[in-house]
Amino acid sequence: MIRLEHISKTFRVGKNKIEALKDVSLEVNKGEIFGVIGFSGAGKSTLIRCINLLERPTNGKVFVEDRDVLTLNKKDLRKLRRKIGMIFQGYNLLETATVYENIATPLRLEGVSKDEIKQRAEKYLDIVGLTDRRNAFPSQLSGGQKQRVAIARALAHEPEILLSDEATSALDPNTTDAILELLLRVNKELGITIFLITHELNVIQRICDRVAVMENGKVVEQGSVVDVFTRPQQAMTKQFISNEAKFAIPVQLKGELLKTGKLVKLTFLGESSKDPVLATLAKQFDVLPSIIAGGIDQLKDQSVGNLLVHIKGDQSKVETAVKFLHEQDVLVEEVNE
Amino acid sequence: MANFLNEWGGSIWEAFIQTTQMTLISLAFSILIGLPLGVLLVLTRKNGQWDNPIAFTIVNSLINVIRSVPFIILLFFLLPFTKSVVGTTIGVKGVIVPLVVACAPYIARLLETAMLEVSKGVIEAYQSMGISTPKIIWHVIIREARSSIILGLTIAIIGLIGETAMAGFVGAGGLGDLAYQFGYVRFQPDVMYAVIIILIIIVQIVQSIGNLIARRLKKN
Repeated sequence: MIRLEHISKTFRVGKNKIEALKDVSLEVNKGEIFGVIGFSGAGKSTLIRCINLLERPTNGKVFVEDRDVLTLNKKDLRKLRRKIGMIFQGYNLLETATVYENIATPLRLEGVSKDEIKQRAEKYLDIVGLTDRRNAFPSQLSGGQKQRVAIARALAHEPEILLSDEATSALDPNTTDAILELLLRVNKELGITIFLITHELNVIQRICDRVAVMENGKVVEQGSVVDVFTRPQQAMTKQFISNEAKFAIPVQLKGELLKTGKLVKLTFLGESSKDPVLATLAKQFDVLPSIIAGGIDQLKDQSVGNLLVHIKGDQSKVETAVKFLHEQDVLVEEVNE
Repeated sequence: MANFLNEWGGSIWEAFIQTTQMTLISLAFSILIGLPLGVLLVLTRKNGQWDNPIAFTIVNSLINVIRSVPFIILLFFLLPFTKSVVGTTIGVKGVIVPLVVACAPYIARLLETAMLEVSKGVIEAYQSMGISTPKIIWHVIIREARSSIILGLTIAIIGLIGETAMAGFVGAGGLGDLAYQFGYVRFQPDVMYAVIIILIIIVQIVQSIGNLIARRLKKN
């Protein structure tokens, strides 16, 4: 659906060159939700703007449905953009127009017929649940409602792709959840492919099928969300995931626990959580496993369980126990200092 | 009071009509020239949609140059130009040209400021929807800036009313000329006072209407 090949983008600021993107390649499949995560300044915003050419990449190729976007003339580019909806962190609505007009105006400017505009505006107002606020002005709406208007505006063009530029970053957690729920519905019910960028891990967890992690203008890791989550390869990705501070146990406690045994982080994926691994450990290896902390992360279609376990016992016995764990269908990560 | 009105009422009314004429006609032409110039300034500036340093520098300097010259001097300086454009240098016709030359760049500047306030994000959103730049200018930039544009035009109108006072030098009449000719030259201060009061009332009304319209258009 979307294919970026060796994209790079260099900005000139005075005499300095800033490389916002360095040889980025990725592919988004039809019907999926693809997320790009990274801290601010990683180049995510530039990347998403290269898809509909709000930014032109310095090098590389951009394909949307196998059409080489960079070779399109102005008119064809405008046509293509109509098939790619975009929503933004700042909503970007007309302040002087009502909710209804905000959805209808772009359609009118494109020459869509009056009846069609009315029908579409009403349809998408209903989908985002704002039919009763149609005559309100943006200043009378909450952030979440404004983002819904922006989503309706984007959907009213009946696009095949929706680009989301930090759409939930300015919203509180509850509103974020509601907007993510809406995006998920848009993806499932309308079959729209979604490409989103975010700095919130939660967004990736909740709705994305695949993810790319960006750092300093490069994609450092990409793959299915479950894989990247449970087996993060890059320091950057680990940092992101541990930033969620799941098992931030006090240093003093950690020190004490390490004196009497080993600390391991166990990650269970969906089905593997059935076997009683810890019980087996105690029975077969004569060690004392105790759970220090734990939790379950709900990914889009899979749950991931995490346990921080302290294994107490003779050093040699503990070693064999950990070895056993490694052989099971569980991800094991030893926690040191 | 009745005597005064009998004696001066006609002249004051006539002068009022002349001032109104000069102001409105010049305003119309100034908007016709100033609005495109203002739009050009917004589009050609750095990171604008038509980023073009040369065009921007030319328009920008031209506006600064014209705005540096006091109107009274511009009026005389432009005499040959006025003659070539409208065929005369006197009367209402003769004063419209210098008024427009003075006012159009001013309006361009005021509208530029108003349009720069429009959020870049909305413009970007419309670009992302495949809307062409001319449509974005009218339906997004000017639409969103309309409240500030009206306030800017209100300032321009009041400035114009002031400048028409100098129209007397080319025989165009008007309230300012009346106050000068009779009030000052012929030493009849009551005429001057009457004109001043009328001017104050006009300016108050223009500003109030401008504020009202701007508020109505703001919608937030």
